[in-house]
Amino acid sequence: MNIKQNLLYSKTHEWVEFLNDTTVRAGLTDFAQDSLGGLVFVNLPAEGDEVVAGESFGDVESVKAVSDVISPVTGTVLAINEGLLDSPEKINEDPYGAWLIEVGQVSGKEGLLSPESYEAFCEGEGH
Amino acid sequence: MKLLFEKSISGRCASILPKCDVPMAAIDSSLKRGSAPHLPELSEIDLSRHYSELERRAFGVNNGFYPLGSCTMKYNPRINEEIASLPGFTDIHPLQPESTAKGCLEVLALAERYLCEITGMDAMTFQPAAGAHGELAGVMLIKKYHEARGDYKRCKIIVPDSAHGTNPATAVMCGMSVINISSGPDGRVDLEKLRSAVGGDTAGLMLTNPNTLGIFEKDILEITKIVHESGGLVYYDGANLNAVMGVVRPGDMGFDCVHLNLHKTFATPHGGGGPGSGAVACKSFLEPYLPSPIVSKGGKLNYSRPETIGKVKMFYGNFLVILKALTYIMSLGSEGVVESAKLAVLNANYFMSRLSGAYSIINKGLCMHEFVITMGKEAKESHVSALDIAKALIDKGSHPPTIYFPLIVAEAMMVEPTETESKEALDQASDMYIDVYKSAMSNPESVHNAPALAPVCRPDEVGAARSPILKYTGKW
Repeated sequence: MNIKQNLLYSKTHEWVEFLNDTTVRAGLTDFAQDSLGGLVFVNLPAEGDEVVAGESFGDVESVKAVSDVISPVTGTVLAINEGLLDSPEKINEDPYGAWLIEVGQVSGKEGLLSPESYEAFCEGEGH
Repeated sequence: MKLLFEKSISGRCASILPKCDVPMAAIDSSLKRGSAPHLPELSEIDLSRHYSELERRAFGVNNGFYPLGSCTMKYNPRINEEIASLPGFTDIHPLQPESTAKGCLEVLALAERYLCEITGMDAMTFQPAAGAHGELAGVMLIKKYHEARGDYKRCKIIVPDSAHGTNPATAVMCGMSVINISSGPDGRVDLEKLRSAVGGDTAGLMLTNPNTLGIFEKDILEITKIVHESGGLVYYDGANLNAVMGVVRPGDMGFDCVHLNLHKTFATPHGGGGPGSGAVACKSFLEPYLPSPIVSKGGKLNYSRPETIGKVKMFYGNFLVILKALTYIMSLGSEGVVESAKLAVLNANYFMSRLSGAYSIINKGLCMHEFVITMGKEAKESHVSALDIAKALIDKGSHPPTIYFPLIVAEAMMVEPTETESKEALDQASDMYIDVYKSAMSNPESVHNAPALAPVCRPDEVGAARSPILKYTGKW
């Protein structure tokens, strides 16, 4: 399982990259894409939407199930990765490259896990 | 296998329609199509062989073991078909005068009486065409109940994380938002989480009991009390009624309305085998909101229902399915209904105990009508997934169990043998399941491309979902 050292993580298997103090990009982790299997559809919010940490901002559909994507931070959506809407398989191919949303006015990092803590958390989830 | 279009020969036909013996009606040319429809042309024998070949490629409960968890693939007794093919039931039209359809109305009234007795409810509609449709009608009753009291703030439906995906989907279709509560460590509803989820905005809770892990919610009286005290109602998803049919009633557990999958629990064909019926039953205080018409006492259709949620399907649902379900109930009798549920639970426990030496089973102690296996460890350490085992079972002549559900179990396999199987059939099937497990674990490569013997081996599921081919574009 691939966990990037320069990112922060949520217990709902999203990664967060701080572009500056208040702006982040977020996506699904390698663990998430591997558990979900081949993705076939992605629904993302619109630019300008508010996202709230712990609440769903979109969903991903695999051949197994439809799953909510839970926002790891609270803020305003600045951009979405529109390319994923037509090519959701990019999340499977490159989960840390295929960011879902860019969020601005993010206030804090509370509740986010370090790479080490996230790895330990995934170990417990595996079975 | 060639499609009918590819087998078509211009000018060939089957003369199966009788000669017209009434005057031809004149149809206005504005209503007529410009040219004849482009249909395949085949002889009767070619057509017959085509469908026989399709039948050989399919797998039904008459072909072998079919333990598809949550789907209750029980045997559909032939007598159901025999009764449903009686001319009094087939040579009838829903628009003919009510006074000439008294037998059919009696069927509806009797089926309602028996099913209300089994569920502990007071009234019923047979309109919904299948389970998810029944859920929708049921939650519409709940919504209507709150609105009728002028209580518009109740917009949230609570579902446990083990619920069928149709439960949250139904809530959203009714304009509600969904609160998902995680299950406790024993796989049951976590009472504390439920207590903190309910409030003045709670429209209701949707629950199936036993739940999708095959575990009975032993705190059910407390669960329904918590929801009722918050002002919400409780909806029973009848998906798993087969475990408790005639033994314990949703109405006595505190549920306010329920849908039944007559095509599962009451032995009418489903899957590719025929239409379903998602009958909805409710307590008397919800009765005014049931879809119109209902069969009132005395066997008359009652359309005078000012508070109804409206129609959810034309006429009175899939009538012959209701008739087959009634035949099933009357064949079993009141003792047989109970015995059937008990045997379903006994079979599941017997099969579970036979498999427990090889597979990791989620259920601790006894299960109800189904149990759940996890292949999480095997997938991680040996690259043998639930999908691999399911595919390998096809080569052995079994339908696979449900896989990757419930979502809260990694690499889940959900097994429901139903009361249909004999001890001998279960012994044979368990040997097969254990063989498949052992050979997969000793040689994981051997199952990665399974099945080898099926008409279709590993379909490209992702490709089929992303770029489905829905239309025949070849020449014919």
